[in-house]
Parts: sequence; C-alpha cells; structure tokens
Amino acid sequence: MKDVVNKIVDKYPASVFKNRKQHIVLVDHDTEEPQTITANTRTIPGIITSRGCCYAGCKGVVIGPIKDAITITHGPIGCAYYSWLTRRNKAKLEGNETDNFLQYCFSTDLQEGDIVFGGEKKLKQAITEVVETFHPKNIMICSTCPVGLIGDDINAVATWAEAQYGITVIPFSCEGYKGVTQSAGHHIANNQIIKKIVGTGNREVGKYSINILGEYNIGGDSWEIERVLKKIGYDVVSVMTGNGSVENMSNAHKANLNLVQCYRSINYIADMINTKYGADWLKVNFIGLQSCVDSLRDLAKYFDDPALVARTEAVIAEELAEVQPIIEKYRPVCEGKTAAMYVGGSRALHYQYMFNDLGMDTVLAGFEFAHRDDYEGSDVIPFIKEDADSKNIESLHLEPDEQKYRLFIPREKFEKLRQEIPLNYFGGMIKFMNNGSVVVDDINHYEIDEFIKILKPDIFCAGIKEKYQIHKMGVFSKQLHSYDYSGPYAGFKGAANFARDIAMGLTAPVWNMIQPPWKTEPMLEGYYIKEVV
Amino acid sequence: MLNYTPREYTERKAIVINPAKTCQPIGAMYAALGIHKCLPHSHGSQGCCSYHRMHLSRHFRDPIVASTSSFTEGAAVFGGGSNLKTAVKNIFAIYDPDIIAVHTTCLSETIGDDLPTYIREAKVPEGKIVIHANTPSYQGSHITGFSNMVMGMVKYLSQNSGAPNGKINIIPGFVNPGDMREIKRILKALGVDFIMFPDTSGVVDAPMTGSYEMYPSGGTRIEDLIDAGNSMATLALGSFASTAGAEELRKKVKVRPTVLHTPIGVGATDQLLMAVSRVTGQEIPPEIEEERGQVIDIMVDLHDQYQGKEVAIFGDPDIVIAMTAFTLEMGMIPRYVLTGTPGEAFEREVNAMLTTAGVEAKVKASGDLFTLQQWLKEKPVDLLIGNTYGKLIARAEDIPLVRVGFPILDRGVHSYFPVVGYKGAMRLIEMISNTLLERQDRDALDEDYELIM
Repeated sequence: MKDVVNKIVDKYPASVFKNRKQHIVLVDHDTEEPQTITANTRTIPGIITSRGCCYAGCKGVVIGPIKDAITITHGPIGCAYYSWLTRRNKAKLEGNETDNFLQYCFSTDLQEGDIVFGGEKKLKQAITEVVETFHPKNIMICSTCPVGLIGDDINAVATWAEAQYGITVIPFSCEGYKGVTQSAGHHIANNQIIKKIVGTGNREVGKYSINILGEYNIGGDSWEIERVLKKIGYDVVSVMTGNGSVENMSNAHKANLNLVQCYRSINYIADMINTKYGADWLKVNFIGLQSCVDSLRDLAKYFDDPALVARTEAVIAEELAEVQPIIEKYRPVCEGKTAAMYVGGSRALHYQYMFNDLGMDTVLAGFEFAHRDDYEGSDVIPFIKEDADSKNIESLHLEPDEQKYRLFIPREKFEKLRQEIPLNYFGGMIKFMNNGSVVVDDINHYEIDEFIKILKPDIFCAGIKEKYQIHKMGVFSKQLHSYDYSGPYAGFKGAANFARDIAMGLTAPVWNMIQPPWKTEPMLEGYYIKEVV
Repeated sequence: MLNYTPREYTERKAIVINPAKTCQPIGAMYAALGIHKCLPHSHGSQGCCSYHRMHLSRHFRDPIVASTSSFTEGAAVFGGGSNLKTAVKNIFAIYDPDIIAVHTTCLSETIGDDLPTYIREAKVPEGKIVIHANTPSYQGSHITGFSNMVMGMVKYLSQNSGAPNGKINIIPGFVNPGDMREIKRILKALGVDFIMFPDTSGVVDAPMTGSYEMYPSGGTRIEDLIDAGNSMATLALGSFASTAGAEELRKKVKVRPTVLHTPIGVGATDQLLMAVSRVTGQEIPPEIEEERGQVIDIMVDLHDQYQGKEVAIFGDPDIVIAMTAFTLEMGMIPRYVLTGTPGEAFEREVNAMLTTAGVEAKVKASGDLFTLQQWLKEKPVDLLIGNTYGKLIARAEDIPLVRVGFPILDRGVHSYFPVVGYKGAMRLIEMISNTLLERQDRDALDEDYELIM
C-alpha cells in the first residue's frame, strides 16, 4: 500500500510532492510513536481542492443557521447568494419565537463605486432599510474579501447601529482570504458568539441542562437528537447553531455540560465556556446506533444520577427496538462492503461508526478543513506550531467570570470520570481507523480519482463537487454535507434513514446497466447465402 | 414562507434581498467549460471557486472541474502573481489541459492584479494556452461574466488567416447544453457549416460510461476558436451574454455580427432561421418547417389553456426577454418582468414589446425577488416563470412555477432538453399548459373535476 501511495504522489511536481505526501498517512497502530499528519496548511495554488473560504465557514456554517438574526453579507452579490439556503440547515419557530429569517438573503451588493469610495455608507443604509422593514432584534454583518481590502470598519458601523436602533448588531470580519479554509471562519464566528451572545441571558435551567455544540440541523439532525435527549429528561438550553437563536445561545453559559458533535467548527466555544463559565464538554457522536447508545451513556455518567441512568437505558431500549429491525433489514446489502469518505471536519469520522453498524469497513477517510487534533486527538494541540496563516486569526484569552463561573462536578471527580468518558477531550480520527486504511487531508480531484482506482470502495461519501466525478467512475457517492436532500441521519431514526439510503444507492438497478448490451453480447450473426462454386 | 415581506413596497437604496443575479465569475467559469480540454481557473480565494463549482454541479448534476489560486492574506496584500504562476505550472503538470481560462474575482480585481503580465511571465508549456477575462464581482452579474469570458476567447484566440472558412459563428449565450445541442441540430438540418462557442454540450451533460473523463468529448475546439476569425458572420444569441464576443470579432477580425434574441418561441426561432438563411444562402429545410407547423398546430389546439393568463417572468435578461416575447405570442399577459442583472437596455426592450402588445406591466432591471414578491402581494398572477428561487415565492403566494433558466437546483433532467427552437417551444407550451392544468385540477371541486381537458 505504501508503494501505491508513493505512486500517486510521484506524479506531482517536486514542491507539490513534498507537500502532499505529508497530508497522507497509512494507518499503522504498531508504530512506536503516534502517527502524525500535516493539516490546516495552505492548499497549493492550482490544485483542484474542494476547500472553501473563511466567509463560508463563518456565515455559511456557524452564523447562517441562527434564525432570529438577519445576516447581512457586506460585499458583492455572490457570497450572499451562494450561502442562501444551500446547506439544508433547517429551522422553525418554536414556543413564543417570532423570528426566523433564514428564507431571506441579504446583501449590500457592493458596486464599483463602493469599492472605490468605501462601502460603509451603503452598509449603514442597508441596516436602516433592514430595520425599518423587518424590525429584527439581531443583525449580523459578515465581511467578504474586498471589504477587508478597502478598509470598511464594520465594527464601527455595528456600534453605530446598536446605538441608533437599540438592537444587537454583531460584526464578523470573515473575509474569504483569511486563514486557509473555512476553519478560520468557524473560529472568528466562535469568538464573536462568546464575546457578544453567550452570558447575556438569564433563564432558569433544569437539573440536566446541556448545550449541543457543533450541530447544524442538516436535514433535521438536531431535531432527532433533541427528541431523544428531551425524552430522557435533558433540558437542551441551546443548540449551536442548528435551528439556533441568539435568544437561546444567550443562556448557553447556564447549562451544566456542553455536548460537542462537530468538534472542528465549535471546539473554541466549548473551551471558552469551560474557561470562562466552568462547564465541561463531552465529545459525543450521534451518528450510528452504537455511538448514539455510547454517547447517551457517557452523558448519563456525567450527571451520575441513578434515575437518569435508568431512564437513559429505558429510552435506549425503546429506540433500539424500533430502529434495529430496520437496520437489520438493510445490513445484508451493506455487509462486507467498503467505504471511503471525504467530508468537512468531523463527519468523516462520525460516519465510520455508522458504517461499522452496517458491517462496512472504511478504507479511506479525510477531512476538508481539519487541524491536526481532528486527526491525532487533543493531545497534540500543545505541539501544533502556529504559522503565518493561523496567527492571523485571533485567539481570545479569557479569564473565569467572577459571578458566573461554577464547576458542576468537583475536579477530583472530573479527573476520575475522564478516564472513562471523553471529557474535555477528543481522541481524533486516526485512533479509530484500522491498520492499513488511508487518511488523506484535503484530498484533491486527482487523488480521489487515483484512490478510487486503487481501493475500489463500494461507496465514496463526499460533497456535491466530488459526487458526480465519483458517479462517473461507477461508484456510488452519497453527499454527507447535504445528505442528498434526505435525512435526518443523526440519532436513532436517522440511522435507519441512512441505512435505507445506503442500501438504495448500492442496489440501484442502474449500476448494472452502464455497459450497453452490444458491448458484451456477440453481435455477429451469420447466415447462409449460397455457396458460390 | 417568506412571512416577513410586507405588502407595501418601499424603495430601497442599499440592501438587496433575495437576489435575482449572482456574481460574474460563475458565468466565466461556465463559459470556459465550453472549450474542449479547458480547465477554468478562479484567481481569488478558494471559496469563490468552491461556490461556483457547487452551484454549477447542482444545476447540471455533472462534474464541474475548476482550479483556484487559493489566495491567503499574504497574497491579498502582496498580489496574486506568484499564486497564478504556481497555479499555471501545477495545472499543466498535474491536470494536463490544453488551455487554462483564468477569470478574476472581486479580490484580485480590488488589489489590481495585472493578469496579462502574470500570464506572460508564467511558464506555459509548448502548445498550451492560457487566456483570461476580467470578471469583477462588483459589476454586472453572472451574465456579464459569461459575456466577458466569451470576449476573452475571441481576444486571445480568434485570428483572420486570410482564408475564409465559409462558416458562421454562433454564440449561444448562457443556456443549457440541451439548448446548444438543439441549435446545432437545427444548423445541421440547414446544412450550414458553423462554429459554436462556447459549447458546453458533451461537457456538462456527459454520458455515464463507467470511466471518468476529466475532459469529456464536448466543448469548442481551440482550432475552431482560432478559425472563428475566418467566418463570414457571427450570430450572437442573446444581447446580454453574446454581444461582447460578437463585437470583439467585428473589431478584431472584421467578422460581421448580428445580435438576435435567444431563440425561445416561434418568432425568435423564425428570426434565427432567417438570419442563418440570409447569411449562408441555405434554404430552410422541410423538416424544420414541419416542426414549426407542429408548434403552430399545438398553439391553435391548446391556446385556451393559457391565453389571457397573467404571468410573472424573472431570471437572466436574455432568457427573460425571449420568454416575454414568447408568452406574448401565446396570448399570455406578462404582468411582471424582472432581472437582477443591471442594464437599461433590458427595460427598454421589454417595455417596447409590451407597449406594442398593449400590455401594462412592471418591468425592472437590477431588481430582486423581494421586489417581485411585493408586486405579487399587491396583485397576484396566475403563473411564475423563472429559476428555482421562485419556489419560495410560489409557495408564499400560492402561485404555480414553471422552472426555466439558471439555476434549477431542485429538479433534474432539465438541462438535457431545449427551451430553444421549435422543439423548445413545444416543451415550454407543454410545461406551461400542464402546470396551469395541474393547478386547475388541484383547486377543482369534485363536480368540476374533469376527465377530459
């Protein structure tokens, strides 16, 4: 296999070869030192990468799903347009909520004159028009590339607007060129959420109060997760940010524990809440049946209440009874098949659990915008060297809040508990993968092509940009960003949906129809004319 | 659905809400895909390239391959020259296209990157080509970007060798491969030698064979783009997307341009056929005349299903202008006609058509779908014609939608079939009639629910 990987990167020009081979790891758990990988570094220009930009991570991922805020994209039209309803982060009004603006797209649509003379005036006017028409309680301003270059001060505009209209206005300087992927945008969004939103609310919370961080309600995932958690008796204070609201997030500091689903996009908030308000975080994975069960049990352990543990087991039994027969129905189709995955910053790990449930092995997995800790685990964080690109993204240094800091469990208990459950810790992807499988960071168009030819996976899960290339190779591709317009895939019912969709993709009759019959059947039919003497 | 849109229309100076356009680079990327063995290259941040590939992939449901200069903060400060040079070197080494078509972004335009110099300084292997188009996102729309890239093809490639090739050039505009195939079929039926560019058929509607071709068989050949300078005339279909390319051919190599509507509907298809016939002397063959007769037959038979119905048309200017003309031919009443693309010519042209037809309507360039929804709240219509984004308004205002234009993100197969030519007219009539009848069926009481319609 090592030769095979070498052969793939051998085709590259020298500088690309040197770069790319550091992003590819053949998993081997028998080495003396833990395996390392290069990640969160620049993509070399010209490489057909699937990576996006800082704006996509900030507005597209973290800020976009917040329903009770109007997000104004400050820039030319495209950035707002492409991040309008393209991610399937669902939202609906609940209880007394009145604001859900997600069906709308707002842009200052900067024109040449604005680029030359500055866009602040237009932004102010845009805010005025939005306030007069929609009367929102919250406005987010997201910057695009040229805004940073022409030096528009969106912070000043936000301050002006807050004073002028008495509403919350939060600026996000998430110009596309910052950082090396969407990841920079996650960080910028996380910082502002902590600075401006978390800690401003004061609702009473229940005994088993939690936040769900890094869950974006794609295809209704969060609703399925919340259904189960609420059935057990948890008080879900906020979800960040799927179906999320400023209102709910303002109370996030009151929750006793943070569950972290997508570690990459939200770990900063988990850490910052831990530092400032004291709440611990637990790495969970609600993708796959066994991982749902494990996550719920870990969660019950943290609260350490026999009644809660019993209730957890009862709900698990109830849910499994409903869903397991469905999984069993599809399992024979899936069993023994292999999967490859290239997804954002967590799913390429999370869905390996799901594939395990279905009897499938993952032969290749990679992230689009991960850092080393996503691959190697939290332990590596102190050893990650900052580079010019990561230094440009502000890291907040917080102190415990004098009034609001509190520890839910004593530290001695915490230390004991973290031996059993992933508390304030993420193990990373490599540990979970089998010897001989391949980890590829920021896999590109060429490498996808080559690895499919070599590994011949039965399914390659990726995004829309890769999907049709993979299909053309005769391999089923499931989008794990948007779920191909299906879902939910999280939680118990989601696992059943996923099993159904995977079985459907693997057994679609069309896969047997690719070759026309005249390519495989004899076409020469002789007939006797007359013997010519 | 869209519950916060107030009925009262107020003039907005700054905020665009629910846009009916996007930015230039995606149009340039689409145009570049219409050159055989071309890799479109986005000179800017990674996100631009990613967004454009995403959107085009969703519309065509086919691989959309393009590369990026992957700007970082350093490049934004010091210029993207070294990024582009590195990119060119790597692209030819790894992906081996025959040509790279670079388009700029608002980022590289704002910092004033000098593309011609960068390209001159780049190491381009023997026999390979790099072209570019300036596509600042803060001007025009995706249609402008398409137009600019087409113009770039002419600027860089088309030559007059002094030997007339007896061909005509056809610039089809920002339409689907299904439309390009239909235009080519018609020209072949006329026995005309032609060069169509760009031509995305066979690129973004490539067949499934079990093996993936990064550069499928389709796309205009580079030698044809060069030879376009020897053609006898250029027919530019759709003034917004195709005039610039045709004008550039006139200026550079003296090929005579004729600008026509996108051939949607009977009149516009008639005009195309006559223009081709006049330029080439070829007669319009009986099989094409037969198709026209079929469309007319259908319109006679079905006119009562749609005549007099009020319609709102939105989307890209060339398609909207042509659709407005066609709905007028059908006896429908276009009440609202809107494009997000700026251009007074749009309003002028549509208003002229409507005045001639005696139809009172609201017409707007540089508009957005928020405005359209407000108009509809004030006074609804029977039918919406436009791209997928219309589905939000369709639901909010309970008006059926016929999907025409770009992008269509929620339905498949549309890009394989034409809306142009007589065949396209038939298809549009079928779509419009059926949509109206489905609505009538849905709303009918049991006693009014008809078996025969």
